[in-house]
Amino acid sequence: MSKPKPKIRKEVVPMPKQNPKERIHNFNEVALGYTEEQAVAEAERCLQCAYPSSCIKGCPVEVDVTAFIKLIRERKFDEAIKKVKEKNSLPAICGRVCPQEEQCQANCVMGKVGDPISIGRLERFVADWERERGYEIPQKPAAIGKRVAVVGAGPAGLTAAADLTKLGYEVVVFEALHKPGGVLVYGIPEFRLPKKIVGAEAEYIEKLGVTIKMNAMIGKLYTVKELLEQFDAVFIGTGAGLPLFMRIPGENLCGIYSANEFLIRVNLMKTYAFPEYDTPIYVGEKVAVIGGGNVAMDSARCALRLGAKEVKIVYRRSREEMPARAEEIKNAEEEGVVFEFLTNPKGFIGNERGWVKAMECIRMRLGEPDASGRRRPVPIEGSEFTMDVDNVVIAIGRTPNPMIQQTTEGLQVTRWGTIVVDKNGKTSIEGVYAGGDIVTGEATVISAMGAGKKAAKAIHEYLMKK
Amino acid sequence: MYKIVTKRELVPHINLFEFSAKEVAVKIKPGQFVILRIDENGERIPLTIAGADVEKGTITVVCHEVGKTTKRLGSLKEGDRILDLLGPLGKPVEIEKFGTVLCVGGGVMVAPLHFQAKAFHEAGNKVIGVIGARTESQLIFESEMRDVCDELCVATDDGTKGYKGLDFLKDLLKERKIDRAIAMGPVVTMKTVSELTRPHGIPTIVSLIPVMVDGMGMCGACRVTVGGKTMFACVDGPDFDGHQVDFEELMARLKMYAPQEKLAFVFYEKGGRRL
Repeated sequence: MSKPKPKIRKEVVPMPKQNPKERIHNFNEVALGYTEEQAVAEAERCLQCAYPSSCIKGCPVEVDVTAFIKLIRERKFDEAIKKVKEKNSLPAICGRVCPQEEQCQANCVMGKVGDPISIGRLERFVADWERERGYEIPQKPAAIGKRVAVVGAGPAGLTAAADLTKLGYEVVVFEALHKPGGVLVYGIPEFRLPKKIVGAEAEYIEKLGVTIKMNAMIGKLYTVKELLEQFDAVFIGTGAGLPLFMRIPGENLCGIYSANEFLIRVNLMKTYAFPEYDTPIYVGEKVAVIGGGNVAMDSARCALRLGAKEVKIVYRRSREEMPARAEEIKNAEEEGVVFEFLTNPKGFIGNERGWVKAMECIRMRLGEPDASGRRRPVPIEGSEFTMDVDNVVIAIGRTPNPMIQQTTEGLQVTRWGTIVVDKNGKTSIEGVYAGGDIVTGEATVISAMGAGKKAAKAIHEYLMKK
Repeated sequence: MYKIVTKRELVPHINLFEFSAKEVAVKIKPGQFVILRIDENGERIPLTIAGADVEKGTITVVCHEVGKTTKRLGSLKEGDRILDLLGPLGKPVEIEKFGTVLCVGGGVMVAPLHFQAKAFHEAGNKVIGVIGARTESQLIFESEMRDVCDELCVATDDGTKGYKGLDFLKDLLKERKIDRAIAMGPVVTMKTVSELTRPHGIPTIVSLIPVMVDGMGMCGACRVTVGGKTMFACVDGPDFDGHQVDFEELMARLKMYAPQEKLAFVFYEKGGRRL
């Protein structure tokens, strides 16, 4: 008699998390990661669909998901991480911040009968497993004798740099800030993505042979044209780092921040450790965060951790239309963030010293779907009311950094300020490629990495012919 | 790392630094600024450029010890290094042959004003310099300014040297034909100069240094209202039309972190942090 087939577990193996009551008093990581046993148990739920399975097709960098999960099942963790790194140079980051539910996990066959396999948590597990033991640095390839400049050390730039150096190019990354990582260091908070992990993954890329040059703002220190005199090709991955404001009265009152400023102070400048760290921040008792995306959730959760008594997310649509990840909305709710849906600010009221003390709001209702496919919020006349606040964070989106576009003659740009590229990431200037948020507008870490990868391949093809 | 090649105390609590930063020195122009950070725990502070030496590969800034970071900077010596120096940032001042240019500077900003006055002079302008300080012992760059100005007036708040306050400008503006005015220094100085030139219709450029973090347009901390519109001083400026700037808002925003700055300063004075 054949052995009975083991029953497949339909529920995902839960990942331990810091208790909400405790975690709102610290900036330590909320999700604690799988143990070896938990990772193997989760991997055993995988049905090992035939190649190329839907999870691989859902990944912008085409990680061979089924293969690495099989290796986890066999407890070959070192081989599993190597398999991931064939396609993804930043796995500890992606395992934490990718929207897996919309990508690899979206069409998981297990998801049709139960919970999809938690691919992100498994990716994080093998990446952490490797980092704790020390990275294995692959052998350097033979030098091609050509140089590529990468502008911006965010997800797109670091990925392009890693892929190009692995092919044998000499790669220099120019980063304007004082730390590599882009949005990973200035935007995403420590409790979602510890900065030592970003630092370690950037260091890994440096060990592959990439030079990362800090405090180098292209457009100011060198133009793209000047880079082309020293390099054979240029990749632009400058991201969408400009804050959008609401353009309503009183927006420049003290106590009102862009989410970018609020998060840069918290994440890049580590204001939560003030005064050991020099950069200050102001956090009020009643904080309103305007917006419904991940950045709004991050801002609200930072404000709580910095001692705010009451934090409200003010969003003009309803819960269903919120662009934030379900997991992040849940985390924010668990921590006590209050949601004011169908509400939009009309203006800010200041006190005699120029500080915000209240916000004029109006209630909204949902009308017909707009261009984004979401129902358009329409103000309800006569529903104006005042909300007492002493601190506001505006998290309504970010736009492309304009520096390169303004200083590069002949570079074709859309009316939204993004750089025009063909399907391979090639811009209107020969030898200049671009990818990530600077091309698509604000999107995800992994899609930027996918664009970096594609551009690296195209740059290689271009330079081989040149 | 960026080495301090020269450090010179100009007057008590005001130091001149030359930092080794060759790439920046080649590119930077009068009116632009740099952002520096002393070490891993440091904050990013903007400093307007006071000179650049392409051959030596250095840039010059002058810094007044007013808080924790500036005090720590003042405690560094020649040969020491700071972790980060980013530049050039902001737009350069518009240098043309305007005719007669009035250059007014107060406090520590006389040093970057000198860099501009020199450029105006070299562009063939007649330069009338006005430099001021709280009191005589705090006055900097007098002889340097004399070298590049056709005329130089000195003013102090307490009248210990030269004119007392800036009221004398009223007569000067009546008597002389001024084609352009530049004002750098404390917000009150820039505001006063702008108010004095307004009735004469003299284009007046002020150099604003609000609170900044990244200095490259990412955070919006430095937003200022100019002609009813919100601008970012770091990328749209730092120079703006002084007749259009909302100085009251700027002053309120500059005081935003006063309690925290005090706390940080006390923490530092008590030895909370080693260098």
